[in-house]
Amino acid sequence: MSSVLFDVSGPKTRRRSLIASIVSLAGIAAILAWVILTLAAPRQSSGITLPGSFDRSRWDIFTDPSVWRTIGEGLVGTLRAAAVAAILALVIGVLFATLRTAGRRWIRIPATIALEFFRGMPVLLLMLFILLASSWGTFWAVVLGLGLYNGAIIGESLRAGLASLPSGQREAGLSLGLSRLQTKTYIEFPQAFRQMLPVIVAQLVVLLKDTSLGYIVGYNELIRTTMNGLGAFYGNRYLLSLFLVTLAIYLAVNLSLSAIARRLARRRGPRRPGRGHRGAPTGSLSRTAGFPREPENSAVE
Amino acid sequence: MDVVIASLPDYLRGFGVTLILLGVSGVGALIIGTVVAAMRISPVPALRGFAAAYTEALRNTPLTLVLFFCIFVLPNLGATIPYITAACIGLTLYTSPFIAEALRSGVNGVPVGQAEAARSLGMGFGQAVTLVIFPQAFRMVIPPLVNVFVALTKNTSVAGGFFVTELFTVGKGLANAHGNAVIPVLLGVASFYLIVTIPLGLLSARLEKRWVVAR
Repeated sequence: MSSVLFDVSGPKTRRRSLIASIVSLAGIAAILAWVILTLAAPRQSSGITLPGSFDRSRWDIFTDPSVWRTIGEGLVGTLRAAAVAAILALVIGVLFATLRTAGRRWIRIPATIALEFFRGMPVLLLMLFILLASSWGTFWAVVLGLGLYNGAIIGESLRAGLASLPSGQREAGLSLGLSRLQTKTYIEFPQAFRQMLPVIVAQLVVLLKDTSLGYIVGYNELIRTTMNGLGAFYGNRYLLSLFLVTLAIYLAVNLSLSAIARRLARRRGPRRPGRGHRGAPTGSLSRTAGFPREPENSAVE
Repeated sequence: MDVVIASLPDYLRGFGVTLILLGVSGVGALIIGTVVAAMRISPVPALRGFAAAYTEALRNTPLTLVLFFCIFVLPNLGATIPYITAACIGLTLYTSPFIAEALRSGVNGVPVGQAEAARSLGMGFGQAVTLVIFPQAFRMVIPPLVNVFVALTKNTSVAGGFFVTELFTVGKGLANAHGNAVIPVLLGVASFYLIVTIPLGLLSARLEKRWVVAR
């Protein structure tokens, strides 16, 4: 505890902090225990006694390999949609950033309007739009919806990256005789991309999470496979266990991706002192030091 | 276009439900998020750990799964709540860690020299926080908070997939009823969302620009 906000704590404060710690730990443990015991207790429902949530009869389907195979298919569905949509989003993002920073107004203004439109719309609505207005099926509805929405957001952050470059970079490119487009592709974009990499990766985690919207538009991704498919097949008895397994899978995948994002942020975060942070010391007040703002925060949900 | 004008009452009813979802879960998330953020920067390690676990777990769970839990699994466990309440609970839970992170990043964003200066002037913890840290953190917090609310506005549409008759569901119904005018109908829905999200986004950008210079 070496925060600047406090004096270095003496024995009395340390004891008090220890007591507070133990009390709150006990409180949290009590709440958790209550939840677990309530779940584990058998429940009366319209005359029949249901076994507790952790009873064998509510988990036995998970010994069946075919259940895991189905879950695997769902996971593959999620990952496939996420992978295709991520590539699409990156391409669209670069395209948007190029068009939005174009020299000509008749390119720049329509691009800005389109970008604001896609950014301000719910992804779900975008998916429904594509599903109903085209006949490409649910997979492409999910992929195109996610690609357009996240492409708009990545485009916007790339544009911020381009804007944060020193203007000398562009001027140097132009003075070497490169065209505007060449300057952009060979000099500006690589640097902007590098600058914004943490934000982009964080946005891709959001994209992966959002593939779950396929549940609503009818694409067979993880949630639809486990909760609708398996849930309906084996009955409501298994709903909670299926939910917990799905949750565990999502957490495992997303937390590992977030960890990669954080590592990237640490390794190649913006080096220049951020604009608007005048003065050298930009430490932080709590122990989780590092960046003025963590990359996940810049990701738009 | 005629379809859109003719079904304006339906749109407005759906928009009203969307605004209710936004208001209720926005306030709820603000309360829970503030508590979690306070826990996250508190000197008690147990609370800090709990808040961190809460934030990480909810932030990495898809909203669809959270809402699924509130709508299907909770009743299955014996809770009887109307769909719209369940949707509000789900949206509140899902949004609260984002609020907490926005608040925390604001406090962390204040240069450490400010706190040192305040302390070296002889201010205590309370004075340093209320007079020096908080006024600066507030300015840094508002733009990201507005962005969280923009995201929440868009996220209310997910509740439409779970039996809550809000704007998205209304649009879906209208699009199914008027198969020949799908695009105008959905553009109508989109414009209602844009009415909320674009001004909020502009506000956030403006505040950010203004306050960053002022620092």
